[in-house]
Amino acid sequence: MVLTIYAPLFASSKRAVVTLVEKGVSFETVNVDLMKGEQRQPEYLAIQPFGKIPVLVDGDYKIFESRAIMRYIAEKYRSQGPDLLGKTIEERGQVEQWLDVEATSYHPPLLALTLNIVFAPLMGFPADEKVIKESEEKLGEVLDVYEAQLSKNEYLAGDFVSLADLAHLPFTEYLVGPIGKAHLIKDRKHVSAWWDKISSRAAWKEVSAKYSLPV
Amino acid sequence: MVVKLYGQVTAACPQRVLLCFLEKEIEFEIIHIDLDTFEQKKTEHLLRQPFGQVPAIEDGDFKLFESRAIARYYATKYADQGTNLLGKSLEHRAIVDQWADVETHYFNALAHPIVINLIIKPRLGEKCDVVLVEELKVKLGVVLDIYNNRLSSNRFLAGEEFTMADLTHMPAMGYLMSITDINQMVKARGSFNRWWEEISDRPSWKKLMVLAGH
Repeated sequence: MVLTIYAPLFASSKRAVVTLVEKGVSFETVNVDLMKGEQRQPEYLAIQPFGKIPVLVDGDYKIFESRAIMRYIAEKYRSQGPDLLGKTIEERGQVEQWLDVEATSYHPPLLALTLNIVFAPLMGFPADEKVIKESEEKLGEVLDVYEAQLSKNEYLAGDFVSLADLAHLPFTEYLVGPIGKAHLIKDRKHVSAWWDKISSRAAWKEVSAKYSLPV
Repeated sequence: MVVKLYGQVTAACPQRVLLCFLEKEIEFEIIHIDLDTFEQKKTEHLLRQPFGQVPAIEDGDFKLFESRAIARYYATKYADQGTNLLGKSLEHRAIVDQWADVETHYFNALAHPIVINLIIKPRLGEKCDVVLVEELKVKLGVVLDIYNNRLSSNRFLAGEEFTMADLTHMPAMGYLMSITDINQMVKARGSFNRWWEEISDRPSWKKLMVLAGH
């Protein structure tokens, strides 16, 4: 039975999609139109009660939360494709650390920028300029820490690419693209080199080209 | 060698790690980092945790920060000791991870600003954002309904056993239950209340409360 990923066009889902592609796993997709509110319909809420995306369905088994899905795929298909969890439990600890940094420190201000700059005009709600300014400052402070880390290590968790790096791909693509704040990445030498490296991986190029929202 | 936990024992994120140590019967040493005097932002601590937050651990040469990552690491390293916090199979583990991530994104995203405004700001003599708190409570009610539904057919969040998914909620829940309105919201949801009463009856929680001076 083939794995199915819901809402592949949206950034959070692409964390899971890029992991599947990195691991060479076959999968199908089902579109969910967030702009029409399909995620709040009863059929969708039956599989994701918070009305968020993505969901992975594997036969009778389903799992939501993009980073939980990434961990599941990376563990289940450990023996194929790159090892995205590190080789030892200590390396895995570093992967989990930076995956949590992405979730708790990087993602919230970047999500605020995405909603206020990319989606506000599309969905007709007013952009909050104060939130935009504070989010850009906050994100800059976080990226200063990344700059220091990436000056010592090729990737976030060490000298190997991991789930922690991949988790940054979808929303950072918005940052350097339609959000229009590529300078946050480009002005930081090591962050910029890291971004170029991870965003030019074959798996991401495939995901980015194939599953793209017209924004 | 005993693992060193840098943090304040009354703060939620260090408590997450302490609960893991207690459940897994791991010996530890707490090195106090004084949040009231912003010790976490000073140079010495920034060397351990570059974002200026607590906790961080040092275990011989091994260092780690982010409380949930630390808890996962120790739950893995000591898989055969104490409570099994990570599930019995790959599929079960992923459901544990799913509900642990739900805590980060849906639960803590609301609990944290509620606690900051209703407990921390008054302590620091700062003004509470009353409008924000009311909005957050409404959103929390919606989220708690989803949890209540989940826990009406599952003893714990990831199934029939206590796991990381339940543990990770406990520090914030401890704070939320001290707020009258929120306490009532919890008690009004039968299954959710049953779950909180059961997990807060665990020896690890009681030991943590003693450590935290309650």
